[in-house]
Amino acid sequence: MQVLQGIAVSPGIAIGEALVVDTEGFILPQHRIAHSEVDAELARLDLAMEAVADDIGRDRESVAEQLGDEYAAIFSAHQQMMCDPHLRTRLEALIRENLCPPEVAVAKTLRGYARKFQQMDNAYLAERAHDLRDLEQRLLDYLMARQRPSLSKLTDPAIILAHDLTPSQTAKLDRHKVLGFVTEAGGEGGHTAILAKGLEIPAVVGVGQMLVNVVCGSHLIVDGDQGTVIIKPDAATLSSYQEKCEQHRSRSLRLQQLRDLPCETRDGTRIQLLANIEFPQEVPTCIERGAGGIGLYRTEFLYLGSDTEPTEETHYQAYREVLQAMQQRPVVIRTLDLGADKMGYASLVADEHNPFLGLRSIRLSLRNLDLFRTQLRAILRASPFGSARIMFPLVTTLLELRQAKLLLRETMEDLQDEGHSIPTDIPIGMMVEVPAAVMMIDHFLREVDFVSIGTNDLTQYTLAVDRSNKEVADLYHACDPAVIKLIDMTLKAARAANIPANVCGQMSGTPHLALLLLGLGLRGFSVPPAAIPEIKRICRSVTLDQCETVAAHVLEMESAREVDNYLQEQLRQLAPQTNT
Amino acid sequence: MADQTATRLVTVRNEAGIHARPADLLVRLADKFESDIQILKNGETYDGKSILSIMTLAAGQNTQLVLQANGPDAENALDALAELFERGFDEMIVSQPTKDQSTEGSVDR
Repeated sequence: MQVLQGIAVSPGIAIGEALVVDTEGFILPQHRIAHSEVDAELARLDLAMEAVADDIGRDRESVAEQLGDEYAAIFSAHQQMMCDPHLRTRLEALIRENLCPPEVAVAKTLRGYARKFQQMDNAYLAERAHDLRDLEQRLLDYLMARQRPSLSKLTDPAIILAHDLTPSQTAKLDRHKVLGFVTEAGGEGGHTAILAKGLEIPAVVGVGQMLVNVVCGSHLIVDGDQGTVIIKPDAATLSSYQEKCEQHRSRSLRLQQLRDLPCETRDGTRIQLLANIEFPQEVPTCIERGAGGIGLYRTEFLYLGSDTEPTEETHYQAYREVLQAMQQRPVVIRTLDLGADKMGYASLVADEHNPFLGLRSIRLSLRNLDLFRTQLRAILRASPFGSARIMFPLVTTLLELRQAKLLLRETMEDLQDEGHSIPTDIPIGMMVEVPAAVMMIDHFLREVDFVSIGTNDLTQYTLAVDRSNKEVADLYHACDPAVIKLIDMTLKAARAANIPANVCGQMSGTPHLALLLLGLGLRGFSVPPAAIPEIKRICRSVTLDQCETVAAHVLEMESAREVDNYLQEQLRQLAPQTNT
Repeated sequence: MADQTATRLVTVRNEAGIHARPADLLVRLADKFESDIQILKNGETYDGKSILSIMTLAAGQNTQLVLQANGPDAENALDALAELFERGFDEMIVSQPTKDQSTEGSVDR
């Protein structure tokens, strides 16, 4: 048995077999081949190597034709690498002696060379590591062409293990077959973590190097509450976890009973409880849990799930489905928030040194007006089917907000000219997630119908911490006093301006932080569907006076740790768990 | 013809050293000979017919290497390879452009 500690990002317990996913989405076979298969596997390898050498030859010719021999030289070197006698000898040794499948032999050997190059002093040669990765991919493409398992077509339930999952990989996961996931990289608040939460799949990220110790089929326990991963658990551990699993189930059943009770504090103040969703399929869960509406509909999935840019029709169908299913409950559709860590089907952004400070979100939309207009048209066309609102993400300056609103107005007019009947009073809001927006909040509040505080980005921009960088992920605290002050400023200003404000970041779905937010005056929470019952339970356990006292205390505090400890303690006192 | 063993001391002349393209040329040339060809650097031996092996040499400009060949055409092989080194793998900047030449036809004059 081996226990690894990572960061708990999506609660719950998963018990099952491991499925190792390579960074490029390949699932490398981890079984050993039989002695009798060695010759056949070698033959398969040789075919793949020949095919790759041929492909490279073709690339070389076409490049030589278009750009000249000089540019084609690198392909000649690639070809030579494919025919390298040492490479072939090493691969054969791994297959014949270690009984590795050729896919594994290729990955191991070429990565070994790549590492060797990377470590060289010579920057040019270090760069050549990319060439080897490229060759590895080309070979794996051939070797796995037929049996490349797709994440969307898992046959048996499994726990997914990967170095990191790209958003598009996560998007393709079959949620019914994925028991849990574990990644070596990543941090709290990263996109993968948010998605895991949205899908309600237990997940632990940032466990560090792990894949070397695990093979496909290893028995695993993922503890999404504690952030631990247990490899090959012993019998005692396994049975204690099976018991925990059972407790989880019965607890969530109890919380279900809250569904039809109103979300209000003990002293009778109504609190709006909304859900954050990624895709239309989540709507039934939201309704089941008693969500008052959708406070954040992230639309990135439309871009991430496929290899082509989504059409207006694709957008329209998705929005219409959500709006209709939610009946007249509000649905806040956030426009494209792609960029940085969430690149989808096509690279609209060149390599950026600092993607989180780069061309993302509303900036990307305003630079790619056709893309933006397509989405706005779809939202507007779908809006008569329910109670739609539009929200712009990452707004930093007033100019950005005005540009976005202007485009929206133009789009509206275009649609009317085309004969569509669309409501012209669709509420427009913005995310408050950049410190600059908080500083200028009074001005913004004059030009929007509502605001929503995105605590994840607000935290990372305030604390200057890249939440997906595991070297600094431990410096990321949503409950840092600086972040809390910014939230406080925003809520106060919104109240004074009589503009509705809610919090849609992870913070509002975290029980002890919810307590603080209530005290700061928040009356609208938008949380992952799974968190709805618990947040409702907390609201129903406390009075506003109690929360305001807590908040006043917190505003005097100096460190995230202090805030965190105090709030945990207050939560235990004010809203104790009845069943643990 | 009996096997011969030959050795030759060569210097890497081209500026970029033995990177992918020179390594490619070297292997293509070495492959034309029957003899086994090794390259020695700091007591380590690298296979002259393996591009990956040669690239791990990481031989920069002015590195001195020992070429060694064993086989029926060892001498001929080393003659040819030494000449390739001497030509700087055809990457030698034939004449360093003088200031006059480099600004000639330049747009920012």
